Amino acid sequence: MKTIAALILGALLCAVMSTSAIAQDKFIIVASTTSTDQSGLFGHLLPRFQKEAGIAVRVIALGTGQALDAARRGDADVVFVHDKAAEEKFVSEGFGVTRLEVMYNDFVLLGPKEDPANAKGNDIKAGLKAIFGSQSIFISRGDKSGTHAAELRYWKAAGVDPAAEKKSWYKEVGQGMGPALNTSAAANGYILADRATWLAFKNRQNLGIIVEGDRALFNQYGVMLVNPAKHPHVKKAEGQAFIDWLVASAGQAAIAEYKINGEQLFFANAKKM
Amino acid sequence: MILSSLLSAFTLVRDGDTGLFNIIGLSLFVSGIGTGIAALIGMPLGAWVALTRSRTRPILIVFLNACMGLPPVVVGLVIYLLLSRSGPLGSLGWLFTPKAMIIAQAILIAPIIAALTRQVIEDAHAEYRDWFASLHLSTLRTVSTLLFDCRFSLLTALLAGFGRAIAEVGAVMIVGGNINGFTRVMTTSIALETSKGDLPLALALGVILIAIVFALNAIAHAIKSYAARTYG
Amino acid sequence: MVDRNEVLRLDAAQVEIGEKRLLCAISLAIQRGERVVILGANGAGKSTLLRLAHGLIAPTRGNRESVPAAQQRMLFQRPPLLRTTALGNVQFALRASGMPTQRIDTLAAQALAACGLAAFATRHARSLSGGEQQRLALACAWACAPALLFADEPTASLDLNAVREVEHALLKLNADGAAIVLTTHSLAQARRLAQRIIFLHDGQLTDDLPAAQFFAGNRSQQATLFIEGEVL
Repeated sequence: MKTIAALILGALLCAVMSTSAIAQDKFIIVASTTSTDQSGLFGHLLPRFQKEAGIAVRVIALGTGQALDAARRGDADVVFVHDKAAEEKFVSEGFGVTRLEVMYNDFVLLGPKEDPANAKGNDIKAGLKAIFGSQSIFISRGDKSGTHAAELRYWKAAGVDPAAEKKSWYKEVGQGMGPALNTSAAANGYILADRATWLAFKNRQNLGIIVEGDRALFNQYGVMLVNPAKHPHVKKAEGQAFIDWLVASAGQAAIAEYKINGEQLFFANAKKM
Repeated sequence: MILSSLLSAFTLVRDGDTGLFNIIGLSLFVSGIGTGIAALIGMPLGAWVALTRSRTRPILIVFLNACMGLPPVVVGLVIYLLLSRSGPLGSLGWLFTPKAMIIAQAILIAPIIAALTRQVIEDAHAEYRDWFASLHLSTLRTVSTLLFDCRFSLLTALLAGFGRAIAEVGAVMIVGGNINGFTRVMTTSIALETSKGDLPLALALGVILIAIVFALNAIAHAIKSYAARTYG
Repeated sequence: MVDRNEVLRLDAAQVEIGEKRLLCAISLAIQRGERVVILGANGAGKSTLLRLAHGLIAPTRGNRESVPAAQQRMLFQRPPLLRTTALGNVQFALRASGMPTQRIDTLAAQALAACGLAAFATRHARSLSGGEQQRLALACAWACAPALLFADEPTASLDLNAVREVEHALLKLNADGAAIVLTTHSLAQARRLAQRIIFLHDGQLTDDLPAAQFFAGNRSQQATLFIEGEVL
């Protein structure tokens, strides 16, 4: 009995040491989106930033809406998301300091390769109208994320109100990009996704790109420091250092060089300061 | 897919990827400490409910049993709101740290340990009631003697709690934030890999998790049957 | 106690549960070093009387006086033993009686030896045979040097050899000065052990006689019917 207790205690001690070795004194919490995290971009950027600045970055990957809410409660130091309207509202409410543009990628409309709705092309409005016209299955994030907000904008532009369309073809899953893609792959339905997550996604089954290249599918990412005036505990210096690094040449170059299968995922477009 | 996952689970472990071992280590650490804290609360509480003759006893028992089914997501959400910077305990800065995950797991499994302890202690006490009364044992000594006497059965209660803790995903995802290298545990890794569509990797991690749970239960069973043989 | 030679006195002690009267107006006294056997049919109230005498239940009417509880011990039909070694059980009994730590080991070893269990000290209590278990329970009592020992059918489920061994140990403890009050089903055991017989019929004390007189036939009609029923 005593030896067992000693063994368990020993194992626990080892575990304590291994975790405390990871813990860093200097760190910031960044609330961001699943697209930046799950596409592997942060895995590529953060070690470089940490090496240069000596600051660890802890990323909480949420939808844009949730990330902004977490920041409103003061649970993050920096927000890095992609919904311009929501971000500007966040700043104007006084929760964020200044919004800076960092990079963009684009959305793609995905669907069954045989395209039963005949939505293929480079016009997102026409594509959505075709899906509505054929009542083909469409999977919506339904989680107030940046992608969900963009999807609703495109439906509006196409003149369709999916909220009023309580029809079986339009399904809100209320989940992140990955689970929504899994659902779509299983249901063989159409879905709007950001290109980065799509490129990193492995369980594609019969899904393929249906619409891409429309200027309207442009997806801008912005970054902002949570306002220390609202939340005094915000790590202002460290958070600002991360933002400065992202929009300066080192960060911009690191973003541009990140590729999956030779394909560039994000296009750095910070304005020169 | 199952077979290839078994294979890749084996490869993951064999290649000794530090990231993987950190994740497994953190899982064991968080669930182990969480179970320890839950035991410190749950065992005396369960023993007390087992011995108490007060009128509130049936209510306490129903309450404990109901708490066994606490939805993890709700517990996670409540702890999130408590520990959030805008919440009452925000100044601790514990949100998105292993501490928050430990608290969540302790709250989830303390009722399980308490309820199982109550059952075990009650059965043992029925056997000893007259004897202890004859010895005029104090309540404190009664509780400590019963806990000692039931140590092997209680080990099973502990493992049941640990098993639930280490397999839990909803609460630790919310309060831990699934931060790579800091609060990422086996279950949140599985959820993440699933959402990235990397189902084979998710399943491989699942195989490792199940193997750990199996091993723990095998150990528990071995200890129990050893105890049954030698102690009766 | 009024009389220094008495270890127990009941004055018109009565036990009722609701409307039901289990024992009515029992008066008796037990002297230091006496061996008393309580006889009676099933349901006559033997166990209730023993529990009343030991103080496990309080009289609803009448009085009970005795030496302090610390000087009394009780044996049960199924000996309650903790899941630890034989020695551990005796040590527990000594600790529970508040014995100073430095004396516990010596006293425990002496008690085991006195009950013929010296060789079993490190055996697990519950792996012992029925007779050995009852002798271990007796060793636990013995270690605390009681002035008064109650035994509720201590040999009811034992084979003949084990019965002899337990009786032998009981007689040795009695020779050390402890008064023994024992219930039994067995007339043969009563003949072997009793100096004095108490006979209960339907909750009433009908006979309280020296054993020789009782067995010589100088007894109540109910007792005679009981004995003839037993013999037949």
